[in-house]
Amino acid sequence: MKTEHSKGIGESIKRLEDKRFLQGQGHYIDDLQLPDMLHAAVLRSPYAHATITNIDVNFALEQPGVVTILTFADLHSVKPIPIRLNPYGSLEPFLQYPLANNRVRYVGDPVALIIAHSRYQAEDVLENIVVQYDPLPVNIDAEDKVSCPLHHDAKDNVASNFVQQKGDVVAAFRKAEHITKLRFTSGRHSGVPLETRGLIANYDATQEKLKVWGPTKVTHFNRGVLAHMLDMEEHTIGMIEPDVGGGFGVRGEFYPEDYLIPYAALMLKRPVKWIEDRLENLMACNHSREQIYEMEMALKKDGTILGIKVLLSNDQGGYIRTHGIIVPELSAAIFPGPYHIPNYRCEVRSVLTNKTPAGTYRAPGRYECNTSRERLLDLAASELMIDPVKIRSMNLIQPEDMPYEVGTESLGEDIVYDSGDYPFALQEVVRLSKYEENRHINHNNLSNKKVGYGIACFVEKTGLGPFEGARIEIDQTGAITVSTGAANVGQGLETTLAQIASSVLTVSPDSIQVLHGDTDLIPYGVGSFASRATVMAGSAVYYAAQKIRKKLLKIAAHTLNCQVEQLIISDGDICVTDHQDKRLTLAQVAQQSSPRNCPPDIEPGLDFTHYFRCNQMTFAHGATIVKVEIDITTCAIVPKHVWIVYDIGKAINPQMVKGQIEGGAVQGLGGALLEEFKYDPSGQLTSGSFVDYLLPTATETPFLESKRLDRSPSTLNPIQVKGAGECGIAGMGGALANAVADALGDSGSNVNVLPITPEKVWQWLTPMQDKTN
Amino acid sequence: MKPAPFDYYDPDSVEEVLDLLQQYGDDAKILAGGQSLGPLLNMRLSTPQIIVDLNRVADLEYYKSDGTGLRVGAMTRQSTLEDDTNLRTTQPILAASIPYIGHRSIRNRGTVGGSVAHADPAAEWPAIMLALDGTILIRNTTGTRTVDASDFYISALTTDLKPDEILVEIQLPNWVKTSGWSFIEFSRRHGDFAILGVATYLTIENRRCTKSRIAIIGGGPIPIRTSKAESMLIGETISDELLKDVSEQASKELDTDSDMHASADYRRYLASVLVSSALQEAAARAGESGGQ
Amino acid sequence: MVQDTTNNSRLIKLTVNGVLYERKVEPRVTLVDFIRGELGITGTHVGCEHGVCGACTVIFDGQPIRSCIMLAVQADSHSVQTVESMSSGEQLHPIQQAFWENFGLQCGFCTPGFLLTVQDLLSRNPDPTDTEIREELSGNICRCTGYQSIIAAVKQAAIYMRQE
Ligand SMILES: Cc1cc2nc3c(=O)[nH]c(=O)nc-3n(C[C@H](O)[C@H](O)[C@H](O)COP(=O)(O)OP(=O)(O)OC[C@H]3O[C@@H](n4cnc5c(N)ncnc54)[C@H](O)[C@@H]3O)c2cc1C
Ligand code: FES
Ligand code: FES
Repeated sequence: MKTEHSKGIGESIKRLEDKRFLQGQGHYIDDLQLPDMLHAAVLRSPYAHATITNIDVNFALEQPGVVTILTFADLHSVKPIPIRLNPYGSLEPFLQYPLANNRVRYVGDPVALIIAHSRYQAEDVLENIVVQYDPLPVNIDAEDKVSCPLHHDAKDNVASNFVQQKGDVVAAFRKAEHITKLRFTSGRHSGVPLETRGLIANYDATQEKLKVWGPTKVTHFNRGVLAHMLDMEEHTIGMIEPDVGGGFGVRGEFYPEDYLIPYAALMLKRPVKWIEDRLENLMACNHSREQIYEMEMALKKDGTILGIKVLLSNDQGGYIRTHGIIVPELSAAIFPGPYHIPNYRCEVRSVLTNKTPAGTYRAPGRYECNTSRERLLDLAASELMIDPVKIRSMNLIQPEDMPYEVGTESLGEDIVYDSGDYPFALQEVVRLSKYEENRHINHNNLSNKKVGYGIACFVEKTGLGPFEGARIEIDQTGAITVSTGAANVGQGLETTLAQIASSVLTVSPDSIQVLHGDTDLIPYGVGSFASRATVMAGSAVYYAAQKIRKKLLKIAAHTLNCQVEQLIISDGDICVTDHQDKRLTLAQVAQQSSPRNCPPDIEPGLDFTHYFRCNQMTFAHGATIVKVEIDITTCAIVPKHVWIVYDIGKAINPQMVKGQIEGGAVQGLGGALLEEFKYDPSGQLTSGSFVDYLLPTATETPFLESKRLDRSPSTLNPIQVKGAGECGIAGMGGALANAVADALGDSGSNVNVLPITPEKVWQWLTPMQDKTN
Repeated sequence: MKPAPFDYYDPDSVEEVLDLLQQYGDDAKILAGGQSLGPLLNMRLSTPQIIVDLNRVADLEYYKSDGTGLRVGAMTRQSTLEDDTNLRTTQPILAASIPYIGHRSIRNRGTVGGSVAHADPAAEWPAIMLALDGTILIRNTTGTRTVDASDFYISALTTDLKPDEILVEIQLPNWVKTSGWSFIEFSRRHGDFAILGVATYLTIENRRCTKSRIAIIGGGPIPIRTSKAESMLIGETISDELLKDVSEQASKELDTDSDMHASADYRRYLASVLVSSALQEAAARAGESGGQ
Repeated sequence: MVQDTTNNSRLIKLTVNGVLYERKVEPRVTLVDFIRGELGITGTHVGCEHGVCGACTVIFDGQPIRSCIMLAVQADSHSVQTVESMSSGEQLHPIQQAFWENFGLQCGFCTPGFLLTVQDLLSRNPDPTDTEIREELSGNICRCTGYQSIIAAVKQAAIYMRQE
């Protein structure tokens, strides 16, 4: 007797998209060439803050190869770029126009667009455009709220000021037996995908359609934005996602170029290509993470947390971009993390500065708040002489408290943790790392090397709604195609969705083709961010696959003259359980379901779309431990080992999940020890190349060990998953900062900033007077 | 990030190269391995009108040891020397330093002449030249001249080379078997230019130091030797106290400003600890090889 | 394509992946722009254009180099191999196979550079230690994987290559 065996959910099958990548056959945006294509370059402001008094393009226009040059004045009825997430009207004055109008607000602010026959020629012309700038005072300090407002209509640089609170903090501090205070600064860094952004736009006259290649992440939404900004109907624009060399939150948002390139293509009726170069990328693509936390925690002597007060200053850069103020809002909402904090107040000030605008980067707002909170906890533990594990265990939310209302909100949703055993994750990571045994061994030895261990616990919001869709079709040859509005930013979406569909259809995953990111494939889509693609698109695929399976069996039962219950799908065929010779291929069933052959009482066709809708986020969680070694002569910081225990409910492809954890962890390490966008007092970005912006390489990466717990399957979706994308990074900042503090012993209480550089360690270890002589 | 236009010549003899330089002077730029010039051209930080490429001048790609020492042709690739295991005994400090230069694919193109001529204060080669009393052979249309490494570096990224000259060879004296050496470098990532590095070379006879070299990488706008610190060692027996004083002196001789990678104070601090370890290691090695 | 505005294009002949090409090219055009833009061989990627990330690694006369900081005219009468040369048809090269089996890639953008770097590493050192692997790979940046799976892939590839 034949049985169904699915190679689906839970198996680490090799990724379906890899063969083309391994053989150099990927189709990234710059691999695409259209006949007659023109090339664009962007002239960017060399000043951090200045008034533009004149732009003269006449000489530049005469240069060889130049087709046209656009400045703000040339853009027809131009609008500012709208906010995608939670657009508050009060933020409107701070939005960015595609080109600077009279005033530039950061080094890199687009001033003009040059279109030429080659990128080489377009760049030749950059220096021939004569722009007269009248410099203005520069503000690079998010705590300096008033000096020289960046935007004309505003009285100061505070773009937004709001409070999240629960309970009665004042009363909690009155009852406090101990108060721990810490000011913690998270440095400015960002996603920096290895592939820079890029776009090709072309007006297809035969289809009367504007086509844009290169968008990702939120293609459907961006089509709407572009339609709005160009005053076009949405259906006259098609957006096509190519292969994408990494997203991490920064890529795929609607940037000035996302308007300019289509605009130029429409105007010139010729294809236009723009590929961001790395120097542009580091100053033009969203930055993230720069926040200052002034924290106070009220505790009982035994370590019980009574309440926390936070003043959070968020350095927003020169404009509000598509994320609005969602990053600091998430920081404030998730700051309590996995702990029971009965009284909490967080005041947020998001302040404009003359730097690159900030947006989301993997675990946005949370990497920062987790790091700050976990440092605060360790500081309190050392002040009260309590073990770091103990202060955490005693304040963690218990499994029986689930679902747990945090009392904060974000994206218009109350934060409610759906499930999870937080104490267990902590215990597991402590056990895995042999923390208790090892922590004291290497301490107080005489060598130059000081060893430290640091812990961080985290919750991660995943699976953001409101919906995602999937469409499944089986054509007359039996070929199965899944289409979705979610995007593949390099995370392996094709494999994940094929695995989910294959598990329902009990066919082999590599027989399923997954299409994504093309607005013509499916009418509605949301996209890939907030660790939502597997959860939302995966669930949609699951339901769509069930619908098509039902239909397949119905038609097969009719053809084979049997009951649906007698049928199974095995090896890609539909057969009768105990009559193996009675079988139909998928192609045969597909032919039977065509309008020509389909039985009259059955609706013809094998084509189903399902929109999975869910307005509640599902929360993953975990705990991270890092071991570092500090050489107290040079003050070099060497991470030696990382342990991450995490619970995402269930993994579709465990090895792929592991890859997400490891990749995130190393990005988290980069932000904690290496990566930083630095500005000089005049607002010049001084770390604007890969020589100065230090990404971690294989030699800076320690051994990573991760363990997945499948203890708290999500009840909010049929495949029981929570997103995995951000669990690796979420605890890294806190664990590393705490490990460094641990290694530094008595000087450890100084650790108050990311990234932690050897020079900072040296400063913390060396009293002031020693440095000067 | 695309280079500005230039005219390109790739002659196959030194004579032709020199004629072109004679003709174009300041407008021309020599292209060797391109591992420093390439990024500068792409970023348009260097916009020469003429590029004179040395890569087809086969005569410049050689290295040989003779009675006087090691002679390396300007176009010898860094990886060529890296792969010669003999150098580990005949020129140990050189062999130890080369793997610190960038990464293998950079060393496959990057040349000895280019590194020495580019005069990056954070680069390994200039410091090695200083530590080992290297000399530089220079040619122009009228002839050749040699310059001691200690006279070659003038100011930031500027050397004694004139616009119509090229560096054709570098020379390192034969290694004295009884000498000790050390090469230590500190950078935040493997393969990066150093924040600070130290190359030391010591000869010790009858327990006393007879020759000392301390060359610092990343210690100022040009590659430097800390000569006062060096002279403190001469005639002395190496002791912990002496090393402490010498390394403190060395750190004072840095001519460094704060930049985005490190403050001047931290660099000085690093210099003092690295010089101390490097001298200790060099003294131990000198001992091992029978000099102590 | 890059149009010549300086009228100083040169005719160059070079072999890429065993095929001889003859093209006119402006001297300032980088080797990677030439291979990708002019020849349409797009497996080699551009991640930084200043020699740091390793995405543009190609094999030049048998040795890995960074094609973003080399000029196309310098390749005249030389031979270049790109990632496309590693496998023929469906059959993957053992290093590619090892990357596939070990999930040594996510977005795939860095992958061609890593594969060629590893090919060179294993030809010089068929049985590298973990430390050697990390040091040799430290010139190639991967933003997605966190390197663990890449290191595992290299070890696996070394075994495959030794078995060949
Ligand atoms: C990512 C990266 C990391 C690196 N890391 C390091 C490192 O850690 N340490 C280090 O030392 N270097 C490092 N380098 C630079 C590398 O070593 C270069 O090869 C070297 O500095 C210059 O040598 P080149 O042959 O490439 O010279 P080119 O780049 O071709 O030329 C450099 C300069 O020297 C001039 N020049 C070259 N040859 C001659 C000659 N024979 N006569 C007169 N003038 C000449 C040129 O005109 C030019 O001004 C790195 C490079 C990169 C891209
Ligand atoms: S693109 Fe050449 S090294 Fe980055
Ligand atoms: S797989 Fe994306 S950069 Fe390496």
